[in-house]
Amino acid sequence: MNWLLEPLAYQFMQRGLLASVIVGVLCAVMGTYVVLRGMAFLGDAMAHAILPGVAVAYLFGGNLLLGAGAAAILVALSIGFFSRQGDVKEDTAIGILFAAALSLGVAMISTMQTYAVDLSHILFGNVLGVNSSDLWMIAVISLIILLMVVLFYKPFLVISFDPVLAATLRLPAELLRNLMLVLLALTVVVSLQTVGVSLAAAMLVTPAATAYLLTRRLGPMMLVSAAIGAFSSVIGLYLSYYFNIVSGSAIVLTATVLFLLGFLWKRTKSI
Amino acid sequence: MTHTPHRLEVEHADIGYGDKIVLHDLSFQVPHGARVAVVGPNGAGKSTLFKALVGILPLKAGQILIHGESLGTHKDCVAYVPQREDVDWRFPVTVHDVVMMGRFGQMGWLSRASKNDKKIVEKSLEQMGIAHLASHSIGELSGGQQQRAFLARALAQEPHILLMDEPFTGVDVTTQEATLNLLNHLRDQKVTAIISTHDLNLAASRFDLILLVNHRMIAYGAPQQVFTKENLAAAFGNSLLVMDNGMMLVDECCPPGEEHHHVEVK
Repeated sequence: MNWLLEPLAYQFMQRGLLASVIVGVLCAVMGTYVVLRGMAFLGDAMAHAILPGVAVAYLFGGNLLLGAGAAAILVALSIGFFSRQGDVKEDTAIGILFAAALSLGVAMISTMQTYAVDLSHILFGNVLGVNSSDLWMIAVISLIILLMVVLFYKPFLVISFDPVLAATLRLPAELLRNLMLVLLALTVVVSLQTVGVSLAAAMLVTPAATAYLLTRRLGPMMLVSAAIGAFSSVIGLYLSYYFNIVSGSAIVLTATVLFLLGFLWKRTKSI
Repeated sequence: MTHTPHRLEVEHADIGYGDKIVLHDLSFQVPHGARVAVVGPNGAGKSTLFKALVGILPLKAGQILIHGESLGTHKDCVAYVPQREDVDWRFPVTVHDVVMMGRFGQMGWLSRASKNDKKIVEKSLEQMGIAHLASHSIGELSGGQQQRAFLARALAQEPHILLMDEPFTGVDVTTQEATLNLLNHLRDQKVTAIISTHDLNLAASRFDLILLVNHRMIAYGAPQQVFTKENLAAAFGNSLLVMDNGMMLVDECCPPGEEHHHVEVK
C-alpha cells in the first residue's frame, strides 16, 4: 500500500492527480460525441490551434487557460469565415489554420530562453505544475461542461443519430451543433495542462473509442468512457511518478493499452 | 393529442436546392385521415417533396399549412420514417432507445420517460412485431427489422401525419405486411399518411389518393382518375408502353433492386 500512498504525500501530486482525473473524465465524456460524430480531426486541430494563445499568455505571464480559450474561439471563427462562402472546404480550412496556428505557436515559444522545457510542457502537459487556482478553474469549467452534457443529452443524441427526427421535432440543430463545438473547445482548453495540446486529442478519442467497443448504448458508453479516462489518468500519473515519464504521455499510453485490450476482447468475443 | 387532425395544404410551393427548383408550383390538399401515394419516376422530386413536408428543406415560394397553420407551428404532429442512408446505423442505440426517441417531443427535453411513455413504446414495439428485439443494437438488425423499428418510433410519436419515403423498396415481405398493417391501424386512428412508392399496383389498390409528380404535379385524385394513359405518359414519358389490350407498362431504369412495374387500367 505504501507505494500507492507515497506520492500523495506531496501536495503537487494530490493536485495533479485530481486535475488529471477530472480532465480524464471530461475528455472521455465529450469524446463520445467526438467519436460518434466523426469530429476527431476537428478535436485534434482545435487542440493544436490554441498553441499561439498559450504562447502569448506564457510570454506575458498571463493565465494559460484564458490565452488558450481566446485562441480557440478565434480559430473556430476563422474556420467558419474561410469555409462559409464555399470557396474552401471546411476540413481544408481546418487543416490550413491548424498548421498555421501550430507553427505560429512554436515560432513564438522558440524565442523564449527556456524554449525546450516550456515547449514540452505546453505540448505534452505539466500536470505536476497545476496550482490550486488552476485546479479550481479546471474543476468549475469541467463541472459546467458535464452539466451541459447531461442537460442536453436528448437533443445531442437526436441531432447525432437522426438529423431528420431533429428537424421534425423542430430542434435548433445549428445552434446545438455550435454549442457542442464550444463545449469541445472548452474541453480542449481545460485538458491543456494535464496532457498538453498534442495529446488532448488522444484523450478525446481513445477512451471513447474503447467504450464504443464495450457498450451498445450512449449512456453506458459515456460512463464506461469516463471510467476508462479516470483510470488511465490515475495509472498514468503513478507511472509518471515512478518511472519519471512525462505525465501526459504516460496517461495517453495507458489509455492506448486499454483500447488495445478492448479491441482484442471484442475480437475474441466475435469469433 | 391536442389538436383534432384537420388537413394538410400545400399552396403554390416551389421546392429545390440552391438555385435549382426541383418541384414547381405544387398545390394540393390532403383531407385528414386520407392515405396518399406519391408516385413518379426516379428523380421526379418525390424525396424532395418529403424533405419539404418534414421541414428540413425550406420552400422557395408558396406555403405548407398543417391544420391551417404554417409548418413548424406544431411540434409533434409529423412523423417521418427516414430513408436508410439518413441514419447512422453504427450509433450506440438499442431498438428500444430508437422507439423512445419518438416520445421525446411530447415528454419534454429535460424530463425522464414516464410510465405512459414506456407503455406506448412497448405497445409500438409489439405492434410492429419486434418486442423481442428491444434490447438489440439497431445496427444488428436486418434491413426490414430496422424499418419496423422506425415504424414503431413513428407510431410512438402519435402523429397526425405520417410521412414515409419508399417504405416498400428493398424490404422483406414481413416488413411490407407490417407496414401495410400499420397503415390500416393508422387509418382507424384518423392519421393522415403520405407515402412515396414505386409499386403502382400497391398505390392503386391500397391508397385513397394518388399524387403523380414529375417536377410538377401531373395529377392528383383517386387512383382511377389519376392512372390514365395521358397522365402516366406525362409522368413517365418514354418509359411507358401502352399495349393494344389497354395494358400499360412502366419500365424504370436503374433504381437498385428495382424490377419492372406495371399497372392495369381499364
